Amino acid sequence: MTQANAIEARNVIKAFGQGASLVKALDDVSVQINQGEFFTLLGPSGCGKTTLLRLIAGFEMPTDGLILLEGADITYLPPNKRPVNTVFQSYALFPHLTVAQNIGFGLQMQGRPKAEVDKTVAEMLALVKLEALASRKTSQLSGGQQQRVALARALAPKPKVLLLDEPLSALDLKLRKEMQVELKRLQLETGITFIFVTHDQEEALTMSDRIGVMSAGKLQQVGTPKEIYTRPVNRFVASFIGETNFLTAETEAGGARLASGDFIAIAGMAAAGQVTLTLRPEQLSIVDPAAAGAIAATVTSLVYFGTDTHVNMTLRDGSEVIARLQSPASGDAGLLAGQAVGIAISPGAAQIVED
Amino acid sequence: MSAAERDQDRASSRNGWLLSTPALIVLTLFAVGPLLIVAVYSFLTPGKYGNVEWALSFEGWRSILYTKDIFDDTYGLADANLTIFWRSLKLSMLTTLTTFAVGFPTAWFIATRPPKARPLWLFLITIPFWTNLLIRTYAMNEVLRTEGLMNTVLMKLGAISSPIQVMYTDTAVFIGMTYVYLPLMVLPLFAAIDRFDMRLLEAGYDLYASRLQVLRRIILPIVKPGIIAGSILVFVPSLGAYVTPRVLGGGKQMMIGNFIDLQFGQGRNWPLGASLSLTLLVIVTIALLVYVKYANKESAHG
Repeated sequence: MTQANAIEARNVIKAFGQGASLVKALDDVSVQINQGEFFTLLGPSGCGKTTLLRLIAGFEMPTDGLILLEGADITYLPPNKRPVNTVFQSYALFPHLTVAQNIGFGLQMQGRPKAEVDKTVAEMLALVKLEALASRKTSQLSGGQQQRVALARALAPKPKVLLLDEPLSALDLKLRKEMQVELKRLQLETGITFIFVTHDQEEALTMSDRIGVMSAGKLQQVGTPKEIYTRPVNRFVASFIGETNFLTAETEAGGARLASGDFIAIAGMAAAGQVTLTLRPEQLSIVDPAAAGAIAATVTSLVYFGTDTHVNMTLRDGSEVIARLQSPASGDAGLLAGQAVGIAISPGAAQIVED
Repeated sequence: MSAAERDQDRASSRNGWLLSTPALIVLTLFAVGPLLIVAVYSFLTPGKYGNVEWALSFEGWRSILYTKDIFDDTYGLADANLTIFWRSLKLSMLTTLTTFAVGFPTAWFIATRPPKARPLWLFLITIPFWTNLLIRTYAMNEVLRTEGLMNTVLMKLGAISSPIQVMYTDTAVFIGMTYVYLPLMVLPLFAAIDRFDMRLLEAGYDLYASRLQVLRRIILPIVKPGIIAGSILVFVPSLGAYVTPRVLGGGKQMMIGNFIDLQFGQGRNWPLGASLSLTLLVIVTIALLVYVKYANKESAHG
């Protein structure tokens, strides 16, 4: 083996309750997370992403399956024996300790000599830019500062893997953007494997090396942000990450025929029956209805979003389609509700997804 | 600040004082007043049949620690008094420690029940308060006495061959006080543990702390206000306990409370009783100051 995975979950099942009320929070989840990777578990609340994180942290044990850390089985190891640290959603800072004492707590518990603890705490304070607040009590800090202390506290023992449980959800938008950049910087500087849990798809896309999309206790798709966005495997992934249009179509050689009768060319396509197509709104453009290959549509409404304008349209069979156009300098897209238009699709934009 | 605003401020603080006068009058009449009377009585001469004679004397204060030899009028240390002081202090501290050792797991248990079940458990804790202290203490007598519950059960089980003499010993007083004051320890501890953020436990384990370290480094420091409150609530009444040592300790195993009672009754030495009362007050105050200061210092050093 050249390099073991930082974390591997193998056929993990986690069930809560018994008998009729049994709920599978995780249903046969397997995933491999690489060394030094920024891996995001993305999904709506209740999809099992936090449960998976808690199994890796050791706060809960799986009903079945294995958790491996660098190839070694840690499934039943208690949390204080795992070289894994967590940044909690609520931060869970110790209110009776100062910022510096909070950061040094893990090192102290590991029994490191005082000189080493002090040195590492100073480094961590510098890393998260909180040197000036070292002797403050944590209750005197703002949300963003508490967040940094929680990060520094979890990074100080230099864990093999850092787990982050929706750490940015309590921050306001501006601070969240700052912390996203900050987190990415910390991950690059420390080289530690980050496993980040979020329900915010934009956060996942901008920060991750790879994303695992979860729903109903199952891992739906694992891939780079680009793969997940441009080639979603199923309807859930396509709709959860970004906005999209779904259209049913009948496949033919070289493309697919929509219910409206229009034909979309897809390279290498063979006849395979009825499928669902996903079309990202920004891959659509409005053209002259008479243009070659244009799909006939009628504009129903226009929504102005500043940077872009959403054009809601219906096809000839009544199915709805949204196109997202970059707003021109004047802000006026030059379209009117009720206008007959043609839709052109960027080559390769139409993707077939499972339902 | 303008002159008008300053006047207004002064007026409002004057009104504040006016509003609190009823409370101040009640405090003066019922707290400071009686204390002054006790203080004055401690410097008077005992009357023949109780009460006092209005003649200045320091005998009351002196006889706390010293006793006059009846033959040659020299003063020697009053060993009997010192024994009583020491017993009071020892039993009170033991009671405080034991109620904490028993009360902390109890309070933790209640605080970690589902929110719906907690009122029931708290209610059970407060049930003993419904019964008069004297009756509860006599009930303890039934348990501890030679032919009582404890000895009968132990004999039947074959654990002992002859009854253990517990009644009228320090042990009986200690058991009785622990039983009586336990709820006073549990309730403030519960209040503190109830506010404790249980998520901190996971944070502790996550940061390599063992169970014992989580208890010592996270739980105890954070619930300390509850520990201090509970200890004060148990220690202070223990030190002045009267009924429990009287019933379970018999006449011999006196504590300060019984000793003071003796001076106002059979002893007919009101000035000594008064000075003993003030001594108790001073001991309690000093103990509390030392305790609170020590507790705060601990937290400052983390």
